[in-house]
Amino acid sequence: MSKESLGGSAAGATRLSVLKTYKLYVGGKFPRSESGRVYEVTDSKGKWLANAPLSSRKDARDAVVAARKAFGGWSGATAYNRGQILYRVAEMLEGRREQFVREVADAEGLSKSKAAAVVDATVDRWVWYAGWTDKITQVVGGANPVAGPFFNLSTPEPTGVVTVIAPQESSFLGLVSVVAPVIAAGNTAVVIASEKAPLPALSLGEVLATSDVPGGVVNVLSGNTRELALPLAAHQDVNGIDLAGADADLAKDLEIAAADNLKRVLRPQAVDTDADFTTPPGTHRLTTFLETKTVWHPTGSLGASGGSY
Amino acid sequence: MANPKSIFEYAPAPESRSVVDIAPSYGLFIDGEFTEAADGKVFKSVSPSTEEVLSEVAQAGEADVDRAVKAARKAFEKWSALPGAERGKYLFRIARIIQERSRELAVLETLDNGKPIKETRDADLPLVAAHFFYYAGWADKLDHAGYGANPRPLGVAGQVIPWNFPLLMLAWKIAPALATGNTVVLKPAETTPLSALFFADICRQAGLPKGVVNILPGYGDAGAALTAHPDVNKVAFTGSTAVGKQIARTVAGTDKKLTLELGGKGANIVFDDAPIDQAVEGIVTGIFFNQGQVCCAGSRLLVQESIQDELLDSLKRRLATLRLGDPLDKNTDIGAINSAEQLARITALAETGEAEGAERWSAPCELPTSGYWFAPTLFTNVTQAHTVARDEIFGPVLSVLSFRTPEEAVAKANNTQYGLSAGIWTEKGSRILAVANKLRAGVVWANTFNKFDPTSPFGGYKESGFGREGGRHGLEAYLDV
Repeated sequence: MSKESLGGSAAGATRLSVLKTYKLYVGGKFPRSESGRVYEVTDSKGKWLANAPLSSRKDARDAVVAARKAFGGWSGATAYNRGQILYRVAEMLEGRREQFVREVADAEGLSKSKAAAVVDATVDRWVWYAGWTDKITQVVGGANPVAGPFFNLSTPEPTGVVTVIAPQESSFLGLVSVVAPVIAAGNTAVVIASEKAPLPALSLGEVLATSDVPGGVVNVLSGNTRELALPLAAHQDVNGIDLAGADADLAKDLEIAAADNLKRVLRPQAVDTDADFTTPPGTHRLTTFLETKTVWHPTGSLGASGGSY
Repeated sequence: MANPKSIFEYAPAPESRSVVDIAPSYGLFIDGEFTEAADGKVFKSVSPSTEEVLSEVAQAGEADVDRAVKAARKAFEKWSALPGAERGKYLFRIARIIQERSRELAVLETLDNGKPIKETRDADLPLVAAHFFYYAGWADKLDHAGYGANPRPLGVAGQVIPWNFPLLMLAWKIAPALATGNTVVLKPAETTPLSALFFADICRQAGLPKGVVNILPGYGDAGAALTAHPDVNKVAFTGSTAVGKQIARTVAGTDKKLTLELGGKGANIVFDDAPIDQAVEGIVTGIFFNQGQVCCAGSRLLVQESIQDELLDSLKRRLATLRLGDPLDKNTDIGAINSAEQLARITALAETGEAEGAERWSAPCELPTSGYWFAPTLFTNVTQAHTVARDEIFGPVLSVLSFRTPEEAVAKANNTQYGLSAGIWTEKGSRILAVANKLRAGVVWANTFNKFDPTSPFGGYKESGFGREGGRHGLEAYLDV
């Protein structure tokens, strides 16, 4: 436990710092695990940092309910609105830069300067995806020149509720790199934080809560990855799963479970195993959890006089 | 007044069978040669309208799958290295030969599948040729398709297709695979292998290099062996949701790219301001096209309560005029069910519908004495909990439900595990857009139904599968992107 000097104290006494109780972020609220369980989180050298909630299957199910409830509003919001909210996340994060530098340094065993670079890149990643919300539709959708009197339009739509297994090593930049595209595309997310380094993810919940992101759009769980991932992969009201933080064995088990209701599965990507997520992201993570809807409208005809230009 | 029935009687107008020459037996098509199955097994392909044996076909097993995959792997190196323009020219050739031989192929397809010649001639075959023509043009333009510069093919594609549109499903699978530089091993359905074997001959006529296309007629075990083969890089399947899920489990933990086009329970929503006659035609097309053996069939009619009686009267009148019978007759509207097995499935589900309390009505038509037939049927008094409102019947059976408000229509339309297609009938443009926007389905038809085009992406939401076939979108399934 850290004791910091109380600046300017006449008595020169030290002040006991106020520790944070790390809690889950579900449905816009900060509950403890319904199970009442916690586990010890340590830094890379084994020093105690906090007790994080050891979420249960019930917590996972509650998170899905929250995510489903939020889906209509979030997917129905205008792309411009979603973009502004994601940009607001970047703004809020920038303001809490020092806190996250400290948490990332502790979580990943990085020097202050390296952790600062990670946090900066994370802020910038939110900005990148904030700009995508109102562009992806034009990039991947469009009119199709069918051979008949029809106006035919393909439009991407969000898949629904997506489970995200956050990367185990890159606890913050990696986390945001997998969560931001899911919600930028209009999905809602149930996120399983890095098992051994969940604190940046839990703190991110505080940022999201103050960024106009509606409650339930992102839900953050900490705990045992396998224990949480299996029921989520099998959950009938989850539509997609990003396996970024699953090892090969778990990824296979999850993909098998996900087949039960044909979830869209994003397997661990080569870039994920680079672990640092500094490579500029493409659009792959955005498009994986988009469906293409194609609508046919008869164009009719204006009759003989209207048929020519 | 004269009996309207007699005024509209049609004289028989059968299309000639002589345009197609079906050999008594066919082999597997591997590495450019027709060959027997390793274990010598054969099966018979039967005409569903007469139960006549059309031909005896080699039945692929695991060893044949392995041989075909090896041939496709060997061919991949050169095929993928060809300039896109040259690959495209092979596909253009194929498209043209299909057009030249389209009457022959239409008759063949009608014989093997049981669907009316009107449909194979006017829908299946034109779409097959168009699909190859469309993807031919992509082969040298992949840099501009939005998947980055020089997108690479995946390798060997293992493709398993159903019996409802045998040649069209082949085209949907093979055209984009070849255009992008992959080689293929395709398994047609066991009840409809013949058009795929004729396609092998078209590949020969087009001078397609050996091993680029391999055709393996066979049963589910051959399909399972193909999707599980370790040297297959891409699996594409069209068929039932249950098998699709099994395939998804099979490829779990591998690097295989997977696309699935599965079942559906499409809602056809008719609002009170819809033009009734047009809507009736659309409902008929939606569920009775191809005897309802269509994954995107509009098998649930959702009709606004205020016009339900009027619409159903009109619909029943129209159904009574549908001509069921000889699929080769150019006037036939309703052909045969594809197999005895499928007929049994449809019959059982219809019986379940009755047992659960839905009210059954079948069009008054005489069924031929041989072959597999099912009269156009609709169920009223259907609730959302009824089996006939939930399960895909894959036959000429329509379940009718009603609604009062647009919100209720949308909620009922989306109340399904599937999400392939939907239809909206209303004169109000803004309502079309609002409802289409809320439907969780991959293809939505407004004031029309069952329209297809090679430029138009097709595929489902939810348990109707994932990935899109057709259009620029259809390239992604076969590229390493």
